[in-house]
Parts: sequence; C-alpha cells; structure tokens
Amino acid sequence: MTEATPTTPANTELKTPEVQSAESPRARRVFMPRADIYETPEAIVVLAEMPGVDEKRVDITVEKNILTLSGRVDPGPLPHGARLAYEEYEIGDYRRSFTLTDQVDKERIEASLKQGVLKVTLSKIAPAQPKKISVKVN
Amino acid sequence: MVTWDPIRELERFQHELDHLFTGPSGTVHQYPSVNVWTTENEAYLTAELPGMEASDLDISVLGQKVTLSGKRQPREMNENERLHRRERLSGTFTRTLQMPFRVDAEKVAAQLENGVLTVTLPRAEDDKPKKISIQIA
Repeated sequence: MTEATPTTPANTELKTPEVQSAESPRARRVFMPRADIYETPEAIVVLAEMPGVDEKRVDITVEKNILTLSGRVDPGPLPHGARLAYEEYEIGDYRRSFTLTDQVDKERIEASLKQGVLKVTLSKIAPAQPKKISVKVN
Repeated sequence: MVTWDPIRELERFQHELDHLFTGPSGTVHQYPSVNVWTTENEAYLTAELPGMEASDLDISVLGQKVTLSGKRQPREMNENERLHRRERLSGTFTRTLQMPFRVDAEKVAAQLENGVLTVTLPRAEDDKPKKISIQIA
C-alpha cells in the first residue's frame, strides 16, 4: 500500500473540533479539514479544505513519518459595529496529520494553495533501478 | 470500487450537517452553512466554499430574499490515477435566506477570497426608517 494514512479516524465529520488550540492565547477552535487523497504514478496528492486560510498562514511539517498540515484562519475585517445576527458555522484554525509510507520522498514535498484548498504533492521515491554488472572476461 | 454519486453524497453531507448544526432550538441548516452579520443599513452574508470558482456560483436577490446556488465539481480523475480517499463534497446546492430588510439588488457586491464567500447586501433606500419630525402647532 502506498497510501498516506490519516492518523485521525476516516469518518470524522466536517468541522469536528480536533483539539482546543493550546499554544495560542486566542481561544480559537481547531478543525480537521476535509481531504481527498489520490495517487499518480509519480506522487501521492492530498487536497485539504482550509477556507479562510491564505498561503502565508499555512504550515507543513514532516516529523519522522508524520506529515502535519495546519492553517491559521484570517477572519478578515468586518465593518465596525456589525453584529453577528445569525450563525451556522464557527471559524477556526485547521490541523490534520497523516502517516507517510516509506515510498514518499520527504525531501520532495510541494504545496500550493488555491481558493482555500491546500494541495500537497508527495513525490514517490523512484524505484531502485536494477544495476547491471558486466562481467569482464579475461 | 464504489461509484461516486454526488447527489447522494450531498444528501449524506446534509444529514451530517443537520446533526452537526441542530441547535438547542432544533433548527436544521442546509448546505452551505452561512453566517450573517448586520449593521443598521447593511447585511453581510458569509459562507465557506473552498475550491469553488466564482463562475460556479450564482447569487440572486429579490426583496428580502437572497438565493445562493452553485455547483461543486468533483475533480476529474486521470486514467493512471488511483483514489485513496474522498471526503470533499461535490454536487449542486440552492439556498434561500431572508434578510432583516429589503435589499437594494443593484448594490449587492460579492467576493470570493480563499474559499470564503462574502456578500454585501445594502438595505433598500425606501426600506430605511424615515424620521418624521413633529411640528408643534
């Protein structure tokens, strides 16, 4: 299997609070982003939804074989004096970890962000080429 | 391989959301979830729509009602690709919300930034309360 296995349960619902943000004084909730994962011949690609996050507010870390994607939301300015009249969703940061297999080249991980969707491309280690050893005949 | 059924998935998601957003009052919400901010003469509607392009989204205004509709397109898979996990939603949606006042449809502005939609809805001029001065005879 070449899958990047999420360390969190598969059936976790959208915007399920993962943990309370411990390191920051802003008591903002942390949500697990919804993600798609697919594999191409060269790479494993993760698409994670982080609405409200721009490229400056994304952190991607690899520690041992754990890939962690996190994003801090910028709620943006609202006009002075506006009050929340109706609320259906909460704003929060995002964090999710995946376990990488040995097939992933940890030195070649690329990421981009578009319309609140983080795309992480995990290149696979090229399969070892059989080495041909020629036998010299004396 | 289970075939991907966007409509069914959306229904499943709505079911999830129904449970997730059922408040103490028992209110049930639809997709997408929205927040509404207001001042005296403006309302701001926000919704999280990651990955959506403005061209896949329609906003219409009639009187006090604002309708959001759109289509979330699933990513096309290439032949040599293999899907491991699909949690992101796709399908079509329509949602109508009532604002606290009549909206000037001509002045509505919408912005889609980092997957968050913000619709600015100004109150119609003729809906604004008028101050009537009382003349003393």
